[in-house]
Amino acid sequence: MARIEGIAGENEDQMKLKIRQGIAYVVLVILMFVSLLPFYLLLINATRGKVQPGIKFIPESLFFKNIGKIFSEDYRANYGNFLKSFCNSIFVSAVSTVLCVYFSALTAYAIHVYDFRLKKSVHTFILLVMMVPTQASAIGLYRMLVSMNLTNSFIPLTIPAIAAPATYFFMIQYMASALPLEIVEAARMDGCGEYKTFNIIVLPILKPALAVQAIFVFVSNWNNLFLPQMLLDDANKKTIPVVLQLIKANIDSNPMTADAGLMNMFMVLAILPVVVIYLLLSKNIVGGVSLGAVKG
Amino acid sequence: MAQIKKILAGALALCMAGSVLTACGGDNGGSSAGGSTEAGKSEGGSEGGSEGGEAAKTEATPADAASLVNTGKVYNVYCWNTEFKERFEKYYEGAKDTALWDGVTVNWVINPNDGNNYQTKLDEAIKNQGSAADDEKVDLFLVEADYAMKYVNSDACLDVIGEIGITKDDLKDQYKYTQDVMTDSNGTLKGLSWQATPGLFLYNAEYAKQVLGTDDPDEVQAMVSDWDKFAETAQKMKDAGIFMVSGYDDTYRCFSNNASAPWVTDGKITIDPQIKAWVDQTKDYSDKGFNNGTSLWDPAWTAGQKIDGKVFGYFYSTWGIPFCLLPNTLDKSEDDGGKLEEGNGGYGKWRACKGPQSYFWGGTWIVGCYGSDNIAITRDVMLKLTCNADIMAQITENEQDYTNNKAAIKKLIDGGYTNPFLGGQNHLALLSDAAEQIDLTGKVSAYDQGCNEEFQGAMKDYFQGKVDYDTALGNFKTNITTKYGDLTMD
Amino acid sequence: MRKTISYAKWGYIFLIPFVVIYTIFALIPLLETFGFSFLDYTVSQGAVSSIRGGGGDTIVNNGFCGLSNYIKVMKSDGIFNISFRSTVVLWLVGFIPQIVVSLLLASWFTDIRLKLKAQGFFKTVMYMPNVIMASALSVLFFSLFTKSGAIDDLLGGPDLLKNEWGARGVVGFINFLMWYGNTTILLMAAMMGIDTSLYEAAQIDGANPSQVFWQITMPLIKPILAYVLVTSMIGGLQMYDVPYLIGGTQGNPNGVLKTLVSQIQLGKNSSVGAVSALSIIVFIVSAILGFITLKIMDDQSIKTRYGKKKKK
Repeated sequence: MARIEGIAGENEDQMKLKIRQGIAYVVLVILMFVSLLPFYLLLINATRGKVQPGIKFIPESLFFKNIGKIFSEDYRANYGNFLKSFCNSIFVSAVSTVLCVYFSALTAYAIHVYDFRLKKSVHTFILLVMMVPTQASAIGLYRMLVSMNLTNSFIPLTIPAIAAPATYFFMIQYMASALPLEIVEAARMDGCGEYKTFNIIVLPILKPALAVQAIFVFVSNWNNLFLPQMLLDDANKKTIPVVLQLIKANIDSNPMTADAGLMNMFMVLAILPVVVIYLLLSKNIVGGVSLGAVKG
Repeated sequence: MAQIKKILAGALALCMAGSVLTACGGDNGGSSAGGSTEAGKSEGGSEGGSEGGEAAKTEATPADAASLVNTGKVYNVYCWNTEFKERFEKYYEGAKDTALWDGVTVNWVINPNDGNNYQTKLDEAIKNQGSAADDEKVDLFLVEADYAMKYVNSDACLDVIGEIGITKDDLKDQYKYTQDVMTDSNGTLKGLSWQATPGLFLYNAEYAKQVLGTDDPDEVQAMVSDWDKFAETAQKMKDAGIFMVSGYDDTYRCFSNNASAPWVTDGKITIDPQIKAWVDQTKDYSDKGFNNGTSLWDPAWTAGQKIDGKVFGYFYSTWGIPFCLLPNTLDKSEDDGGKLEEGNGGYGKWRACKGPQSYFWGGTWIVGCYGSDNIAITRDVMLKLTCNADIMAQITENEQDYTNNKAAIKKLIDGGYTNPFLGGQNHLALLSDAAEQIDLTGKVSAYDQGCNEEFQGAMKDYFQGKVDYDTALGNFKTNITTKYGDLTMD
Repeated sequence: MRKTISYAKWGYIFLIPFVVIYTIFALIPLLETFGFSFLDYTVSQGAVSSIRGGGGDTIVNNGFCGLSNYIKVMKSDGIFNISFRSTVVLWLVGFIPQIVVSLLLASWFTDIRLKLKAQGFFKTVMYMPNVIMASALSVLFFSLFTKSGAIDDLLGGPDLLKNEWGARGVVGFINFLMWYGNTTILLMAAMMGIDTSLYEAAQIDGANPSQVFWQITMPLIKPILAYVLVTSMIGGLQMYDVPYLIGGTQGNPNGVLKTLVSQIQLGKNSSVGAVSALSIIVFIVSAILGFITLKIMDDQSIKTRYGKKKKK
């Protein structure tokens, strides 16, 4: 691996560079195909019928019929309004993402910038709890939320994002390398308040990290099934993965209504927004990262 | 700063509300039984709690239909997929007693059972039934055979006769096994089904002609009428390069339905001789190459249903024929403009026979929940959807669902029913015979779902020759006693 | 003087949202789990709570039982023992190719001399598998690798999923596919943060590419590398849906796809005491591994975190 590393002596000849470039392209193209394969297969499956024996690589003709099914009365009767579930997912994911990224940065900032007695213990504590498998306490959490009357509510799906140990960990790692304390001190000299300093001066510096984490958090919330499935019964409150699970339940146990074409089309539509958001944000990330590099 | 304060205040409020509510919840849990005042029968009648000492109730006269409660405004139905909802909307809505439904709306609470999610939520709702608001009380819930006992043996179900007011006469046309499944140890019937799911052996007629020299259902039946003959035929198929069955699990239900004792008795798991017989047979078949080594619903399992799929036959229940076998065997799917006619894949080239042992596969039961405030509606639903011969004949005709009504089925058979997919064979007659022969008395336990799944899964390693039987059994034991922490196994 | 005191106060204030929310939604349930792990506590799955006043609950709680749950799950056929090793193997099978490929790709992308074209496109494509739900991805690849699936046919029908290493390989491959883009982006971010003058200096000193990589690049990306390693390890120890969808609750073939969390999932509705003990053990194991990794990876960055300025 080391041989392919970029910084070599000036004596490295053009030939060698070309070979390395060639290898790089071949590897990238292979990875590209493998990475796109699932999307291709999903799209193909979205053009196929109710029963889909085996895998096909050539599309069939039911693409528009399957789209039509998702917006049909039958679909609405069984699974609720698609656009409604879609908006629920957007709402939950967007709110969670904003809360998670903002408060994780704030928490990391508190530990990174200030000196106080409990600092080290809090940091250690957060790193420790990061290791807790979430499934471990799910039953207890469910019972508690039921007793708090928080089923069919978006509160338990969004507010807990404020306390995200893994995002905190990333933020503090990033601050360690990209947020010199001098900047904060300079802001204080200018008479800027502490909270204002964080919002106006520190957050922009953290932009690359915020963008990277925003994508991670958004995607994981968008795909999150575990807690929403436990909590949401109301057809008007269901999020996309919960509805998908219902479509799957019909495939597993109700052959009459089972429809694999519908399910695959649903997945295509469900993936679409994340892909779009990713494509939009990916420029920011790359740009942001290079910005960080200039500062470095 | 102001923002932070707001958030803080909110969080604190949440925290406090949480602890208060938790406390309340606990209280309610303790006193839930006293909370309900609208139950169909007076509290006193069931003070004994568990079933003990209530044998008298068994022969109780049906509850008076006119006196059933019907005060709720929301009729809550708990289920795990949309099957019942579809039946309900298509066949009940038009036939319902509109007076009972005046001002009442249905609320479907659908939770897929993935990861036991459905039962977890249903159990929680039942537990809170006493303290739940009127509009949130469970009125009706659905169960499957593999775990029905869990509810049947509890006091959560309403007695179909004594509390819901269905009469023995209403029930006379239902298949006995569909009631056995839902009858508790005191003989009290706790739930009803609109469908019966007897199973048959479906075979590929082309291969039958080619290897056995005939595709006539009666003659083929004679060649598979018991497991010895079944194995002989399997050998012939093997010699012709065809698998008798596709996978390991295919014959499982034939054995498990005919077990002599349930999986669990008094908290102990035992392996029934019939279950062991399935293991031995499947191991034998796997070693001899009588099966293709697939698992249920795998792509390879499904692929065997093509007319040239190299698999002779499949054990399928009623619903499997139109909804699984038919679409799987077509070359051009119906969605894609394929026609349901001979020449399109295996259409018209499958036949059905009874097979070596009668069995059933699947089925859903509806149960009235104690504490419901719309018992009169439950009675109406049960009467129309599980007892009414006209509606049920309609369902069988339109949906190809085999309904739980002998009169309805007889009417169709007498009307000269034929099934073009099975080359004009009248398979309802076969199903009807099979359904009569199913006997489940004393064979079901509350833990069957997990036991069946885990056992079939664990044995795969043995069939594939990865481990010996004892190791596979040990793996089963570890898994099942984790899944069901209250059970033991030797 | 007044100032410093007020700054410390700000540290506490900024921590409040995290602490409050964490306490409500995570700490309380976690402490409950800890408590359960010392109880002889099961819930019957074959019964429903009595609602007609007859008493009788599905919960069987025989009270404090010391460490017996821990002993039970740690013994030779206990659920920790049978799933820990397979979990670690499954993680490594996915993680090793992931970190190697990601380091490779990140160094290519940040290599100024290599001048790869269409970088934006490749980076975007690489990350894309991560947006598909793990369950959808698993189902797709299951149907490709299973007997008579497209890839199985292509390879001449080896029926990989029935082979121990084959099944592990497929699970590892899916995990690799989901996460290599993510890791590449993180490592790239770290590499682009390195001051290019360091490389120029190394070049002048006549360092070869291998020396540059191990002595400049690696030490400088340590904080992010530690982050990647620790989060991947934690994710790995909590692996569940991919092996579950390929191998079922039995983790077939031969239990090699059993994971710690699959055991938690299996028993969470019934064997509450035992599963709680398992959760606590997973927690302790993760914590130990995590801290060892952090210590080895980066003593320096831990110091930086506590307020010292990083020096070049």
